[in-house]
Amino acid sequence: MRSRLPVVLVLPAVVGLAFLLVPLAGLLIKAPWATLPAQLFSTEVGQALRLSLICASLATVVCVVLGVPLAWLLARSDLPGRGVLRALVTVPLVLPPVVGGVALLLVLGRRGVLGQHLDQWFGISLPFTTAGVVLAEAFVAMPFLVISVEGALRAADPRFEEAAATLGASRWLTFRRVTLPSVMPGVVAGTVLCWARALGEFGATITFAGNFPGRTTTMPLAVYLALETDPDAAIVLSIVLLLVSVAVLAGLRDKWISGPS
Amino acid sequence: MTLNASLRVSRAGFSLQLDLTLEPGEVVALLGPNGAGKTTALRALAGLIDSSSHITHNGSTWDGLPAEKRPIGVVFQDYLLFANMTALDNVAFGLRARGTRKAEANALALERLEQVGLADFAKAKPRTLSGGQAQRVALARALATSPVLLLLDEPLAALDASTRLRVRSELGRHLQNYPGHTLLVTHDPLDAMVLADRIMIIEDGRLVQQGTPRDVVRQPRTDYVAHLVGLNFYRGTAHDTEVRLDEGGTLTIAEPAQGPVHVVFPPSAVSLFPERPAGSPRNTWQAVVSGIEQHAHTTRVELDGNPPVLADVTTATVAELRLQPGDALWVSLKATEIHTYPR
Repeated sequence: MRSRLPVVLVLPAVVGLAFLLVPLAGLLIKAPWATLPAQLFSTEVGQALRLSLICASLATVVCVVLGVPLAWLLARSDLPGRGVLRALVTVPLVLPPVVGGVALLLVLGRRGVLGQHLDQWFGISLPFTTAGVVLAEAFVAMPFLVISVEGALRAADPRFEEAAATLGASRWLTFRRVTLPSVMPGVVAGTVLCWARALGEFGATITFAGNFPGRTTTMPLAVYLALETDPDAAIVLSIVLLLVSVAVLAGLRDKWISGPS
Repeated sequence: MTLNASLRVSRAGFSLQLDLTLEPGEVVALLGPNGAGKTTALRALAGLIDSSSHITHNGSTWDGLPAEKRPIGVVFQDYLLFANMTALDNVAFGLRARGTRKAEANALALERLEQVGLADFAKAKPRTLSGGQAQRVALARALATSPVLLLLDEPLAALDASTRLRVRSELGRHLQNYPGHTLLVTHDPLDAMVLADRIMIIEDGRLVQQGTPRDVVRQPRTDYVAHLVGLNFYRGTAHDTEVRLDEGGTLTIAEPAQGPVHVVFPPSAVSLFPERPAGSPRNTWQAVVSGIEQHAHTTRVELDGNPPVLADVTTATVAELRLQPGDALWVSLKATEIHTYPR
């Protein structure tokens, strides 16, 4: 039997745990349970919820379509400077999202490096539109997918791809039939993580897409706004986001939470 | 339609230079110690590594072709069956990749599975198959596209001893029936002896000996080969019935010979005595026990002397002589047991 747990460790640990959990509990305690269903189906909340789900899902699609090939390139090619590329891809992970929003504005804004051409030539303007929301969310969320898929690819045995090659399979066929199925758990985990990140996106979205109810006001933005005018609505929206987060964690339980056993 | 390959691979600290000629229907085993370059040779033939090798078959060259463009089939050491596909899909994969329509590919694949006795397992996923079954699916998959060149990389190494025996004889039967060129890479001499028509032995990326299994077993040319086939092996210079060994010592032989020779005899021909044995035209010398190893039915004794020698003795002899490392004994060897051949 080991001696008692040392107080110097237990005390801060308990405080830390409380610090993380009490606010969440507060959210549940202060929730307007009686009017919750009504709130949930009110116009503003429903609108924000619907917009959030659509934008996060579209952003996730963008991330999967672009991110999986990017992960493959980082994991499998013998590109020079691959290490640097990998580091660059993860920059949006640590970059304050609002900076990401500013960066997107500078490039895709009406006077931006690419944006002015998009505007002049095609009449396309991305900032302050729903498409802008999708872009901002994809920008912030893509590294989650790329890192997850790249990790899975690097763990997957490349000799299976060699086996496919000796059977006459092109690299594309090999990727579709052999590589992708073998890293599917990583792709699914990355997709879910990516979607959750997109759903909670605030900084880049409000910077790049602004705050127009029905068009660019996603749930996190609605929470922030409602706090001033309608605190109950803010709590309801927060609870919805909390539930989504918990659901994501539960879904990824085996991959991320259990840790090395 | 001979397949000619001149394999040249070099990378840090290692180079492979190997010229191969494979006849149709012939099974050639590439045998060598770990790190000799066997698998590198196989990968160069398959086009899985960049090399400055030249390969020609039937007037066409394979140089610069990536693996997917070469008419090859490979059985990998741990089979590398695709886990997400059924056995049938695995076997049909190569046909599909080369453009055969699905129904036709599946029919052909099923035929291949039948040939290896696994038609009942067509719908099974690889992880549900035993080691021996997985090996047969891997063989069926490699043969499904009727490749010109079949490459087998340690095809039996992943199997346990009892399964290996059965699978080896089955594999031998399939290789006999296969009309293409076969190259088998192995470090197990038994695989090479049983399966191959010709054995090529490589050490440090170079060919050191080749011949039929019978030749290799009877006349090893390097220490590695002699060790593989379990013979005492020396180099020496013969003068009639006397051979002076390079590393010291002299042996009397029965068949007169002249000049530089290899000298071999089986460890079982060696007898050990506590005292100098009397009479008979024998080779006798003193040696000190340096190691004792228990084999299945005999005990192998390693002795330091002039020359050093391996002796296989019965367990009874071990008990009788109370053999211990460090014991000084007399080694005796009949001249008629010694086999010499020119270097």
